[in-house]
Amino acid sequence: MNLLPWTIYLSFGGAALALAAGARSAAAARWIALATVAAAWGLVLAAAAGFMPANGLQTLADAAWVPSMGVRYHLAADGISLTLLVLTGLAATAGVLFSWNIEERTGEFFAFYLTLIGGVYGVFLSADAFLFFVFYEIAIVPKYFLIANWGSTNREYGAMKLVLYSFAGSALVLAGLLWAYAAGGARSFELQDLAAAAAHFTHGEQLGMFALVFLGFAVLAGLFPFHTWAPTGHVAAPTAASMLLAGVVMKLGAYGCLRVAMPLFPAGLAFWQPVIAWLAVAGIVYGGLVALVQDDFKFVIGYSSVSHMGFVLLGLAAANVRAASGAVLQMFSHGVIAGLLFAVVGRIVYDRTHTRRLEELSALPLHRLLPFAAVTFVLAGLASMGMPGFSGFPAELAILIGAWQTAPAWAAAAALGVLIAAAFTLRVMQLAFFGSAREVPALEAPATPLPAITPAEKAGAILLLAATVVVGLKPDLLLNWITPALQSPFFQAVLKGGAP
Amino acid sequence: MTPDYTGLVRALLPEAALVAGALVVLGLDLAFFRRRAAAFRLRAAIAVAALATVAAIGLALGGGARGEVFGGVLIFDSLAVAARLGVLVLVLLVLGISTGAPTPRHPAEYAAIILFAAVGFTLMAAAQQLLLAFLALELASLSLYVLAGFDKSRPESVEAALKYFLFGGMSAAFLLFGFSLIYGLAGSIELPRIAESLAQQGLSPLLAVALVMVLVAFGFKAAAAPFHLWAPDAYEGAPTPSAALIASASKLAGFVLFARLLWPGLHAVAGNVAAAPVGGGWLPVVAVLSGASLLLGNLGALAQTNVRRLLAYSAIAHAGTLLLGVIAFGAAGPAPLFYYAATYGIATAGAFGVIAVLERAGGCEKITDLAGLHRRSPLLAGCLLVFILSLAGIPPLAGFFGKFAVFAAALQLGGAGGPAGWLTFAAIFLSAVALYYYLVVLKQALVAVPAEQAGPVTVPGAAALTLLAAAALIVFFGLCPSLLLDFF
Repeated sequence: MNLLPWTIYLSFGGAALALAAGARSAAAARWIALATVAAAWGLVLAAAAGFMPANGLQTLADAAWVPSMGVRYHLAADGISLTLLVLTGLAATAGVLFSWNIEERTGEFFAFYLTLIGGVYGVFLSADAFLFFVFYEIAIVPKYFLIANWGSTNREYGAMKLVLYSFAGSALVLAGLLWAYAAGGARSFELQDLAAAAAHFTHGEQLGMFALVFLGFAVLAGLFPFHTWAPTGHVAAPTAASMLLAGVVMKLGAYGCLRVAMPLFPAGLAFWQPVIAWLAVAGIVYGGLVALVQDDFKFVIGYSSVSHMGFVLLGLAAANVRAASGAVLQMFSHGVIAGLLFAVVGRIVYDRTHTRRLEELSALPLHRLLPFAAVTFVLAGLASMGMPGFSGFPAELAILIGAWQTAPAWAAAAALGVLIAAAFTLRVMQLAFFGSAREVPALEAPATPLPAITPAEKAGAILLLAATVVVGLKPDLLLNWITPALQSPFFQAVLKGGAP
Repeated sequence: MTPDYTGLVRALLPEAALVAGALVVLGLDLAFFRRRAAAFRLRAAIAVAALATVAAIGLALGGGARGEVFGGVLIFDSLAVAARLGVLVLVLLVLGISTGAPTPRHPAEYAAIILFAAVGFTLMAAAQQLLLAFLALELASLSLYVLAGFDKSRPESVEAALKYFLFGGMSAAFLLFGFSLIYGLAGSIELPRIAESLAQQGLSPLLAVALVMVLVAFGFKAAAAPFHLWAPDAYEGAPTPSAALIASASKLAGFVLFARLLWPGLHAVAGNVAAAPVGGGWLPVVAVLSGASLLLGNLGALAQTNVRRLLAYSAIAHAGTLLLGVIAFGAAGPAPLFYYAATYGIATAGAFGVIAVLERAGGCEKITDLAGLHRRSPLLAGCLLVFILSLAGIPPLAGFFGKFAVFAAALQLGGAGGPAGWLTFAAIFLSAVALYYYLVVLKQALVAVPAEQAGPVTVPGAAALTLLAAAALIVFFGLCPSLLLDFF
């Protein structure tokens, strides 16, 4: 447990090493990156093995950083952070495996990649709002360079849009946090202290601060109508970055909503709850409908992320323990599944066929050319639809039940999204892999066979598939961490409901 | 008052070292180096000047003159001590940058004038009397006019110097007129006496005129809108190290001088911007200057294609934030303002340093001239990344913490409910706009492919060392902000 902060230091150190080694040998940079993410993930898993969920938020490191302003270097973890740390390690490791083929400026690629990972670990471990914000912003800038340098379609536009949305969101967060800090007498940035101080704020102040902080974080979580950066950014990004962006970085936003915005300003949530919930439902349905009509394979996955993140936001907005635990589980689940889908689309299929247009893919007998990809995608697609046996099912179920307890209309409308998800997933599955040239005049199978699936790709895919199946079959593995954390006094003011 | 000349000499040893250094630079060059190559003369001059600056830093650190000196003409409080050191470090950076820039025609004079400017800056930082303040400001300004126009072969340089001089001369006239009115009203040129006297008489129409005069001069010195018009042209045309000096050390010294003038000197007529109905005084005017600079700087920078003009507009935007720091000075003390000005100076001087090296290697006017820097010189690209991200306010670099400290101080004045709060929110949201133009620069440096004729860039050793040191300072102060903040 006490070694968890080393995930951050390891990642930043690995970034520097990869940069230095990459100047001479791309292979060295790759192996350094893999060793770094694997070691960090190993630390997380080791901590998870000895984790006592009942203990609440456990401090890992605590030192004065800027004493004159009450800023502390305070790292702590509870079941929620641990769940997301496991996800981060998993997605980061898989991401390195799926970017094994990066040949150009390899060292720099992994340096930016590992910096991003270090920032993400830091966010999930921060117990001080200032520190949280610092790591949150550290995770923003590398995204620009990852996408603009190593991305594809319209990459400079996608990168700029994504980063400006993220940064605009973080500006809102900064404004809200500073306001709360100043109004609370400017003594401390500890989340606990801010929450205690916020209890004395006027109603209007709470509403304003909550609006700023929640909206700022929710932009990164893909809240409708501020989601448009997500599909363009994810499509433009190189595969590993798409996996991380959809898989982990969007979770930073949702985690910020849950860890910072909601417990600090419960009155704000009570006021804005219907707005957030309906926007989340709109995102679920709208994202699904747009995914239904895309011709670009990757855009389908991009919009499906918006839809799935809508579930997370709905789970948070429902403001009870069951829905919130579902939301955290959905963060994990979507992180794994989106990573898998992006890996199949961006790396396994696109790098071989050099097209992402469903019309062209449907003319290729992909299920015969790339059987591994087809099997992986079908399984991931089933998981994405929320089929029982995969992690999406217990998560979305808990969210829908929890949302029903707060307002049945939300759950009913969101359930529509589940149907739409099934529709667009089946459609894309059919077109991409089984469209095999019945009516379309057959494009002949390429003269040269497509390159074989590499071991790195297999390892990455199996890793992610195993995670979604294990959690799908035994969600209690994670729920036993998440639920006690949500029932802790820190969330008492904002989440209703006892044991789920 | 019995003049304490020994105390004065002891307090001004660093300045004496600078002047002596300047004279040695000129003398050596005149006596021995007239026939040597210009590059050698530059190196020799910079080496001596840097030695003098280091000696001045050592004397300022070790001399330890504190409190009022020479009957209160100078004051060495923590702000003055910190600002003097900060200015000297920035001058040292600019000297290091000069070794990477194209060699000027008269290298010794160039280095000597930088040292004279440095004397002006350090005296600005410590002046507590109107006359000395004005003299120090003029010493610095006159040196800067010459430095801006140093490259006589380029019409742009001459244009830059002329514009800078005309605006500067006009604002000096305003300042002197304002000072004379204040003297007439308060009967003293010493800030503590002025403060006492104004506390009794309050705001009168004549004093309002005087305040406007002083603020006009301040706006000019800070390159705050609407007195910013000289800045883009001066930054664009002046030799790069001169522009770096104008943007960094001169900014820091100017803000310290005016913050001291306004708060300890004129706080009785400050007015109020914490709550919604603003009181009469100079604070509302400073708030307007701040808001205008933030808006105009950030929006103006979006349209720039020239790197230096972009940095100039970014400087205007940063002046807006610094003015916010001046507003918060009264309640929060000098720490946020000083931290911001000093770290901004390092970052902007570093950015100019990168441009200087590129100019020597073939030219760097348009932003697109930076294309492919990551391949032409990874060192320069890495340093530029640090400087620009610090200017954009990305953690963990110093620029982020500076923004954070200033915003936190300004919000504590009256929460979100008053003009200071609104201004802070505007500044925070405009920083998202600012990221766009900073990323445009970084996109060229780190993403775009180099133009075909652009080869690798060799960075002279001293310049490389300077840039690395500047980048290290940015990271270091970002990680350990307390080292600067706890100075006060």
